[in-house]
Amino acid sequence: MFVELRDVSKAFGDFEAVKKVNFGLTKGTLAALLGPSGSGKTTILRMIAGLETPDSGDILLDNQSIKSLAPSRRGIGFVFQNYALFRYMTVFENIAFGLKTQKVPKANIKERVGELLELIGLADLGRRYPAQLSGGQKQRVAFARALAPRPRILLLDEPFAAIDAKVRRELRSWLRNMISHLKITSIFVTHDQSEAIEVADRVIITNHGQVEQTGAPIELYRSPATPFVAHFIGESTVVNNYGSLKGFETAPEGASCAIRPEFVKIYAPGETVQFENTVQEALVDSLAFRGDVLEVTIILNGFALTTTYSLERPALSVGDRVKVLIYRIYAFDQDRAVLVGNRLLTNGGSGYNFQI
Amino acid sequence: MAIFNFQKASLSPAPFARGYREENPLIRRILIALSLIFTLLILVMPLLVVISQAFGTGWDNFWKAVTNIFTLKALYLSLITTFSAVTANTVFGLAAAWALSRYNFKGQGFLITMIDLPFAISPIIAGLIFILTYGRLGWMNSFLQEHQIKIVFATPGLIMATIFVTIPFVARELIPVLVARGSDEEQAAVLMGAGFLTIFWRVTLPHIKWALIYSVILCAARAMGEFGAVSVVSGHLRGKTNTLPLHIEILYNEHHYNDAFAVSAILVITSVVILTARSVVEHISKREERSNVR
Repeated sequence: MFVELRDVSKAFGDFEAVKKVNFGLTKGTLAALLGPSGSGKTTILRMIAGLETPDSGDILLDNQSIKSLAPSRRGIGFVFQNYALFRYMTVFENIAFGLKTQKVPKANIKERVGELLELIGLADLGRRYPAQLSGGQKQRVAFARALAPRPRILLLDEPFAAIDAKVRRELRSWLRNMISHLKITSIFVTHDQSEAIEVADRVIITNHGQVEQTGAPIELYRSPATPFVAHFIGESTVVNNYGSLKGFETAPEGASCAIRPEFVKIYAPGETVQFENTVQEALVDSLAFRGDVLEVTIILNGFALTTTYSLERPALSVGDRVKVLIYRIYAFDQDRAVLVGNRLLTNGGSGYNFQI
Repeated sequence: MAIFNFQKASLSPAPFARGYREENPLIRRILIALSLIFTLLILVMPLLVVISQAFGTGWDNFWKAVTNIFTLKALYLSLITTFSAVTANTVFGLAAAWALSRYNFKGQGFLITMIDLPFAISPIIAGLIFILTYGRLGWMNSFLQEHQIKIVFATPGLIMATIFVTIPFVARELIPVLVARGSDEEQAAVLMGAGFLTIFWRVTLPHIKWALIYSVILCAARAMGEFGAVSVVSGHLRGKTNTLPLHIEILYNEHHYNDAFAVSAILVITSVVILTARSVVEHISKREERSNVR
């Protein structure tokens, strides 16, 4: 393991921000720390950087403890949420700053900064001040500034939070390509699951100061280990007492589950149903246009279930009585989440074994 | 519409007119007239009187009063006192503002309250505190006597009293600026291995530069004219512990009215120069903020 956290805990007064967190990352991994706000993800990142000190536990980088090392000696590049570019320095001076403090000879600084400006595609903007840059450009400068002293690991705190939606997509893939090109081990913090899933090789999901699950995005999506992950990843709806759903009657009394949009099939009124005994009736409660799909909320046995509906299928309108088939669910069994297939279907839950 | 007006006003050089339309023109006129008359009566006229009285018996007499050896000594002492007090308060103000905006420590609330104390307390109390602490009846007297340190009725006492009175100026101006900015840039610099001094000079100071200059100017103006606290600790030794304001009082009490006014003119002119400097600083800093750095 190149980066390793061992039983790391941190409290702020009475608030336990991070509780006995363990995870390891191999060299060259691009990892995402994903969780809702207050889940401890930023604190974990700041502890790796040395901006916060763990109360207990150990942090290792390249098999050496860095816990008692000063932040500047850890070999870390840090990209702040709001970039924290030095406002009163030019882009060039910003990127050169870390090299200057290391007393790198002037000629080398110039070369390195030039190289980085080239890399981030802002070669002509070296003399600008941060205020004269767009959000995306600032982000790139912050990235170059963090990379300038050739850190061992790159840490990014909500790197896309301050950028508008359109540029954010561009920048995501830009950053992803840049990091895999440079092969630098990186960890970024985000509360946006699509960001984590699209960008990272590995995702570490945090909740209430603890790691819920670590894995490749596709693993987390396919087999969430805990009710929290099942609910948090994918646009799931949590249903209490799922025994009322057709095909899941054997559920224990009062058991709850999470249902993803793709687990639900809606038959429009009048549409032929393949297996009549597997469906049950529901009422279309609302429809929302999401660009490529319709988001449909149906009322099924008294609870609301949100799913998606292809624009190519027969039209639906609010108030329609539709037939619904549920392929599978993530059943919650205390602190575990288990994939359960509709018992009325022959292939059951095993059908959800998609691969890429 | 209201929002539009507001934005336009905040961009214009004088942020006074916010496009607020008074329903009643009479009220508008009364308010404007009241402010102007008040300013004229209380501020402008007395100042004009000082200047005209100063030159009332001719330029020669003015010059004689101003170049009088005791006047020059008082002026010199005032400048020394002001310079020392401003220097001390700048260092203290920077340290306190830095500490309060960057660190969490016990006694933060206490420090903030204490910084405001001089604004609330009568200057004569400030003077008496120093007499009681460092004077002949004070509890530090034997120590001071032993080491032959003179504080009360000497320049150190004047400087300390002035520092006391002007302590809030720099700290009060800098704290909100530093707090509002946050410490991200400093943290970034720390992570890149910069030392405290580098961070201060290259990252923090450029940001607080104008606020600092502005507060130093105000602090200097206040220190130069300080009368109450200084009057108590001075002992009024002519040519030794008389600052300019104290010198003016003595001249006045001795019925040298024209001389008193002439010397007053020095202080008035100093104030005008300082106020002008303040406006210039304000103007430049606003322009800088608007142009590129934000």
